[in-house]
Amino acid sequence: MAFEVVKERYMSKVNEVVLGGTAETGGTRGHALKVGGQTTLPYLHFEGEVPNKPIIAMEVTDVEPNWPTPLKEMFKDVYNDPVAWAKKCVDEYKADVIYVVLNGADPDGANKTPEECTATVKSILEAVAVPLIIKGCGDGEKDNEVLGKVAEECAGENLMIGNAEQENYKSIAAACMVHKHTLIALSPLDINICKQLNILVNEMGLPLDRIIIDPMIGGLGYGIEYAYSIMERIRMGALQGDKILSMPMVCTVGYEAWRAKEAYSDGEEFQSWGEQSFRGPLWEAMTAGTLIQAGADILLMRHPQAVKLVQKNISDLMESNKY
Amino acid sequence: MALTGLEIYKLLPKKNCGECGPPTCLAFAMSLAAAKTTLDLCPYVSDEAKEALGAASAPPIKLIKIGSGDKTVELGDETVLFRHDKTFFHPTGIAFEVEDSLNDAELTQKLKEINELEFDRVGLHYEVDMVAVKQTADAAQFKAAVQKIEAGTKLSLVLITEDVASAEQALEACKGRNPLLYGATANNYSEMTELAKKYSVPLGVKAENIFALSDLVEKITALGYKELVLDSGARGTSQVLADLTEVRRAAIKKKYRPFGYPTVAFATAEDPMEEIMQAQVYLTKYASVVVLKTTAKHFVLPLLTWRQNLYTDPQKPIQVETKIYEVGNVTADSPVYLTTNFSLTYFSVEGEVEGSKVPSYIIPVDTDGTSVLTAWAAGKYSAEKIAEAINTIGIADKVNHREIILPGYVAVLSGKLEEKSGWKVIVGPREAAGIPAFAKSRYGA
Repeated sequence: MAFEVVKERYMSKVNEVVLGGTAETGGTRGHALKVGGQTTLPYLHFEGEVPNKPIIAMEVTDVEPNWPTPLKEMFKDVYNDPVAWAKKCVDEYKADVIYVVLNGADPDGANKTPEECTATVKSILEAVAVPLIIKGCGDGEKDNEVLGKVAEECAGENLMIGNAEQENYKSIAAACMVHKHTLIALSPLDINICKQLNILVNEMGLPLDRIIIDPMIGGLGYGIEYAYSIMERIRMGALQGDKILSMPMVCTVGYEAWRAKEAYSDGEEFQSWGEQSFRGPLWEAMTAGTLIQAGADILLMRHPQAVKLVQKNISDLMESNKY
Repeated sequence: MALTGLEIYKLLPKKNCGECGPPTCLAFAMSLAAAKTTLDLCPYVSDEAKEALGAASAPPIKLIKIGSGDKTVELGDETVLFRHDKTFFHPTGIAFEVEDSLNDAELTQKLKEINELEFDRVGLHYEVDMVAVKQTADAAQFKAAVQKIEAGTKLSLVLITEDVASAEQALEACKGRNPLLYGATANNYSEMTELAKKYSVPLGVKAENIFALSDLVEKITALGYKELVLDSGARGTSQVLADLTEVRRAAIKKKYRPFGYPTVAFATAEDPMEEIMQAQVYLTKYASVVVLKTTAKHFVLPLLTWRQNLYTDPQKPIQVETKIYEVGNVTADSPVYLTTNFSLTYFSVEGEVEGSKVPSYIIPVDTDGTSVLTAWAAGKYSAEKIAEAINTIGIADKVNHREIILPGYVAVLSGKLEEKSGWKVIVGPREAAGIPAFAKSRYGA
């Protein structure tokens, strides 16, 4: 008998989310980007549509980054200047998006004011034409002030702003709703909390196609399999018609991968693991690559070489495999 | 894959004679489906029905063994498409391609590199599995290379040749090693199948595409050989992903017998880092063997780490032994950290304690391999349990002080724990990432 290709027919699809506001929509971005929209599991082009490729956002911090030395070295000429840094990521490394982390707002750190943080974001907006993702410093109260201000001052730019969490979502969700930005909803590796949070945010009036799920991944070797399986379940939920799980997914790849000593450790005692200069970027690229297989739509990354590898991996996977 | 009672009923003689026990054929079929009786109790069942039912009760993907002794690699025998549905059972075999054109010194060097590919991280040991010898020249050279490699490694072997005469010589050269013979194609399959039968070795089957693969497998199984490993012939990342998915899906969901075998995929990218990214896709999506060219440690470690992660049983978290762990050159004044025996939790803490540069003790309390908050919520990380652990594990004999550091997330336990244990409880940071700063301010590193 001749083999007949086994095709799944899913009843629903992943929401298509637009990132970045252009002149037509009241923003200043050179172009907008779309993510999501898949009607099948990752890269099974033969049975469904994969209309948008995953996008890579490179991370820029507003203060000197607290990164392991070998990673930080990659940006030594720019890490004190977020604007130059962002430009380098776009011009040289072809980042699709810039991921601005406002660590400077940290009350225990530089304690920058909401106005100062907004000024940084605005200057990056002026310097690059790509859409931006903005994240706070992690202090809930301060982030609400800072992100509220950024959302207001950058109305029309359709930023992606995070993070909304189960205990703290109202203020940031309201800011995204009023000023028309996209929201990142973060849940700690828990599909039920993930759904709950999406419902809460949606009930406030934010449309489902302006929400992105951050499932809070673990890095390679440190619990990535939990994230992998949660993401597979989220994606399957979307395809099977669960509207509350139909959002595209964002993964904090750079942050998690570079926490592993396998990525940054150098020197004699780690010789059995080979050279750090290869191992490090590959650790980050592998973290991204595996999560792409689970349905990741937006990858927040750091190392230029890792970015390059994942760009190649994505372009390979976007080739048609129709029978 | 079990059949339903109705599917079995269709294959029965429908005499309703009752000789099998149950009064009707339908009732017998229901008992068979529930595995309460066996088919041989029916004296009238046809041979076709026996074969169909036998095949249906066989596992959807055959278990194939490559190699011999304690380095035998088991492939296939998987039952799910998603690890969260159950688990993936047999980790992808990692093979390294070595061409027979290498001279003696190069070959020795290459084998040395491959043999040294063993890693230790977070309490786990990773190893690679196979050496794939590839023919590029004549039979004599291929045989010589196989001989050298056979003598130089304990890993299992793959013989890559489509020439039957060369294959036979190579098989003679590594008798007893049970290599994977790769392989059979549309042009040579009958001779290769005879050869595989003669030496009783698993046979790789390579076709032009997935449809040709299906045809070729049927021809080979018609010759009576079923020790197979499949290759659809695709080499582009996207097509290989699709083909591997189809083979796995057809075998499991449709019980499609020609695809009920393990698979092999070849990473082809020139750049070794791209090659590993490609191998990652194949490993993630069902390949039973992945063949690589690069042998550098820094490239292989990330791939082996992902393999270990992916093949971890989702229902059985990896645990560390509950005992006193020493990080650095500890003394009687060193601090004592408490955590749980969930491997991930323990190694997160260990990594940060190591990073703090303060020699310390770590005690992972047995929580059946659950994380701090999970264990706490389930009542497995209570003041009583922790107190009992501290007082039976013997830490009191190791340190002069009586202070223990509790994970910040369970600060609420501190009062009761002090009372139950008699130790002073210090509330540490909530995240392990906060340990270096905590240790610095408290112990002045």
